[in-house]
Amino acid sequence: MFAIYKREMRTYFTTPAGYIFMAIFLCAAGFIFSLTTLQEQSTDVSLYFQVLMIAYIVLIPLLTMRSFAEEKRNKTEQLLLTAPVSLWSLVLAKFLAAFTLFLGTVAVSSLFFVTLGMYGDPNWGRILGCTIGMILIGVCFIAIGMFLSSLTDNQFTAAVTTIGVLCGLVVLAMLNGILDSYVLRLVLDWISIYSRYTNFTMGIFDFSSAVYYLSMCGVFLFLTVRVYEKRRFS
Amino acid sequence: MIEVEHLVKSYGTNLALDDVSFSVGEREILGLLGPNGAGKSTAMNIMTGYLSANAGTVRIDGKDILEEPGEAKKRIGFLPETPPLYGDMRVEEYLRFVYDLKQCTYNREAHIEEICRVTRISDARRRIVKNLSTGYRQRLGIAQALIGNPGVLVLDEPTVGLDPKQIIEVRNLIRTLGREHTVILSSHILSEVQAVCDRVVILDQGKVLCDERTDSISRTIQQNARIRVSICGPGREVVETLRGLPNVISAAATGDREKDSFSYFVESAPGTDVRKDVFFAMAQQNWPVVGMEEEGYSLEDVFLKLTDAGNITGKKRKK
Repeated sequence: MFAIYKREMRTYFTTPAGYIFMAIFLCAAGFIFSLTTLQEQSTDVSLYFQVLMIAYIVLIPLLTMRSFAEEKRNKTEQLLLTAPVSLWSLVLAKFLAAFTLFLGTVAVSSLFFVTLGMYGDPNWGRILGCTIGMILIGVCFIAIGMFLSSLTDNQFTAAVTTIGVLCGLVVLAMLNGILDSYVLRLVLDWISIYSRYTNFTMGIFDFSSAVYYLSMCGVFLFLTVRVYEKRRFS
Repeated sequence: MIEVEHLVKSYGTNLALDDVSFSVGEREILGLLGPNGAGKSTAMNIMTGYLSANAGTVRIDGKDILEEPGEAKKRIGFLPETPPLYGDMRVEEYLRFVYDLKQCTYNREAHIEEICRVTRISDARRRIVKNLSTGYRQRLGIAQALIGNPGVLVLDEPTVGLDPKQIIEVRNLIRTLGREHTVILSSHILSEVQAVCDRVVILDQGKVLCDERTDSISRTIQQNARIRVSICGPGREVVETLRGLPNVISAAATGDREKDSFSYFVESAPGTDVRKDVFFAMAQQNWPVVGMEEEGYSLEDVFLKLTDAGNITGKKRKK
C-alpha cells in the first residue's frame, strides 16, 4: 500500500497534475479571499468558505480525474491488480495520496488568515470550524471523484462527470428551499452535503455531520472497490 | 506448479473459456497457442488473478488464486500483452516501485541489478521509460515480472510488436528463464511456440483442442505422407500423371516456380513412400525431376487440422 501511495505522491510532483491543482486552488482561494474579506474589510470568513466550497466543484476533479482512469488507459492497472496487494489497499493508497495533496494545499491557503490576524481580530473558532468542515467536504468529494474515475478510462470524462455530480449536490441543496413537502425537505436536508456544513460556519464542531461526511467517503471508497471486484467477474 | 481445472469464463453470452484444464510442471515452458479470440489472454488473466472465472480453480504451487490471492500472486510474475509501464519513471525507479509493490525481502539494489543483467537492460537503468524502444520496453516488462523471483512467469504474447532481431533476443531470454522458472507464454505465432516451448496447449473458441509435447504434437493426428517435388514439364499433365500413381491421394501445384520447373505437393496414404514411383513415372514421360524432398508437418499444419478440420493440401508450408 505504501508503495502505491509513494508512487502517487511522486506522480503529483513529477507531472504537472499536482502543480496545476495547487496553483489553481491557491489562485482561486486567494481571489475569493481578497474579494470576500480584504475588499470588504471584514474578518468574517463565512462567505469565503461558502464560495470556496462552490469552487471545489471544479478543483477536486482536477485532483481525482486521473487516479484510476489513467491506470486503465495505460493498462498499468494490470500490474497493480495482479500484485499481492488487496483492492482496499490500492484504493486507500490512492485516496490518501490525493488527500495528502489536498490537505497540504488547504494548509498553505490557511496562511491567508495570518493577514487577518495581523490587521484585525478574527473569530479563530469559526475559522477552525470552517476549515475542518471544508476538509471533511473535500474528503467526501475526493472519494466521489475517485469512484467516478474508476468507471472510465478517460480523464476528461471522469472530470466532467465528477463536476456534474458535485453540481447535482448543490442543486439538491437549492431544491430544499423551493419544495413544499416537509418530508421531502427533511430527506433532502439530511442527505445534502451543503446543508450539513452550516454548523461548522458558526464555529461549532457538528459531530453527526463529521460522521456523515466520513461515512459518505467510506461509501464511495467501498463502491470503488466494488467496481473493481465487479469488473473482475464481468 | 500450476493446476488449472475446469475453467469457465463468459463475457455476457460469449463463452470465452469452456471447461479448460491443464497443468504445468516445475521449470517447464508451456505455450498457449490459438487464434485471436481463442481465450489465451482470458486464461492468463484468470491465472494471475486479474479476472475471476465463472467456475473452476487455479492453484499456484498449491495456493488457490481466489482463496489465497496474496500468497498465490507472490508466486507469479505477469507480463500482460501491453507491458504495464509508467512512462514518467526512470527504469530503475520503476523496478524499485515494483519491488516495493511485491513486498520482496531480498537486497533491493542487488536484486534489481541482477534482473537488469539477466534481461539486458542495465545500460538503460537511468533512462525514462517513455523514451525506451519497443524491445527495451518488452524486456523491462519481463524484468518487472521477474522481480521477487517468482516460481511462475506468465507472459502474454511476449514478442508482439518486436522486430526479428528483438524476437530472437526475447525468445533466447525466455529459454534462459525456463531453466529457473516455470514459464507459460501465449502466442498465435506457431514457430515461436515450436522454438521456445516444451509443451503446447492449443485453444480454440475457449476449448482445449490439444495438450501435447511440442516434439510429438504432429503425431497426434493421423497424417498422410507428403513430398514436395520439382518437375520440368507441362503443369496440368504432370498433376494428372501424379494423381494416377498408386497410393497417391492428392497432388497439387504449390505455386512455386524455378526457371522451367514447377513445384508440387504429393500426398499419399499413411506409411507409404511414392518417391520412386514419382521418379519412374516422370522419367517415362521425359519430364526431368530436379528436386524432391519429404515434407514434415509443422505445428501450423497440426493447428489448422485441429481448429479447422483443415484442408491443408496445396497450401505452402515448409518445415
